[in-house]
Amino acid sequence: MQLPVEYMTRIRDNYAKLGYKPYQWVVNMEPPPWQPLRKPLNKCRLGLIASGGIYVTGQVAFHFKDDISFRAIPKDVKTTDLRTAHFAYDQTDARQDPNVVFPIDTLRRLVQEGLIGALADHAYTFMGGIYSSRRVREELAPQLTARLLAEKVDVALLVPV
Amino acid sequence: MGLIARHAEAAGISTLCMSSALDITQAVNPPRAAFLDYPLGHTTGKPHAPELQREILVQALEGFTSLTTPGAVKILPFRWSEDDPWKRTAMLDGDTRVPRDDTPQYQNDEDRRRAEEGNPAACPVCEVSA
Repeated sequence: MQLPVEYMTRIRDNYAKLGYKPYQWVVNMEPPPWQPLRKPLNKCRLGLIASGGIYVTGQVAFHFKDDISFRAIPKDVKTTDLRTAHFAYDQTDARQDPNVVFPIDTLRRLVQEGLIGALADHAYTFMGGIYSSRRVREELAPQLTARLLAEKVDVALLVPV
Repeated sequence: MGLIARHAEAAGISTLCMSSALDITQAVNPPRAAFLDYPLGHTTGKPHAPELQREILVQALEGFTSLTTPGAVKILPFRWSEDDPWKRTAMLDGDTRVPRDDTPQYQNDEDRRRAEEGNPAACPVCEVSA
């Protein structure tokens, strides 16, 4: 098996070649916070957050200039109403089957099968690749956390691209 | 995404981050992660492969109970293809840093029309927060 792709090196080189300022990767040396699971997953309400630029037709799409907005997507959304807008990945497959970056059908199935207790009323989506880690830390993360808390989720699944 | 995971976890929510980029995930160091060694844009599987998508998510979610060390990453046992030729070109034609502006980038014109009409029936929760 080949080694994982070294994305940080490749993106750094790519931006340098294009003459753009370097992307400042977030490096956290201190250990992350830790909240042990309070109950089995089949009793938990799960919240989904995804950064693949997913929106529902009818919503305003993401734009490519430091967009730190997010969208609330109803848990019973029709999969065929899901769209993507993102500058940094090949969206061909995501537009054919959104579940490759936004596993909503998979999660609904796991609830039906009893592996997960329930889904939160909404999933939340944004467009990753945000230059300002400060704005993610000070604006986006607190807002999304407040949504998760308001929807009383026990666990959150985060799906970046 | 790891920053959001750390924030939510500190607020009392157990989190698990999927990952397609092991080095980036390890740098931002979220509480729990599951690494799937697939090309970008396939964080939770291959298109129109519901059984595979289910198996990937079941194994990832199992990390909520099996990962007991903060910052641990579960490596998922799936491969995109034999020899993974995608790895040689990954990122080379990805983000080209085209000029950016704040025009919404709709997937199609029908989406633009519906959003600009603001028709509530088109979308029960047309919520945009910045």
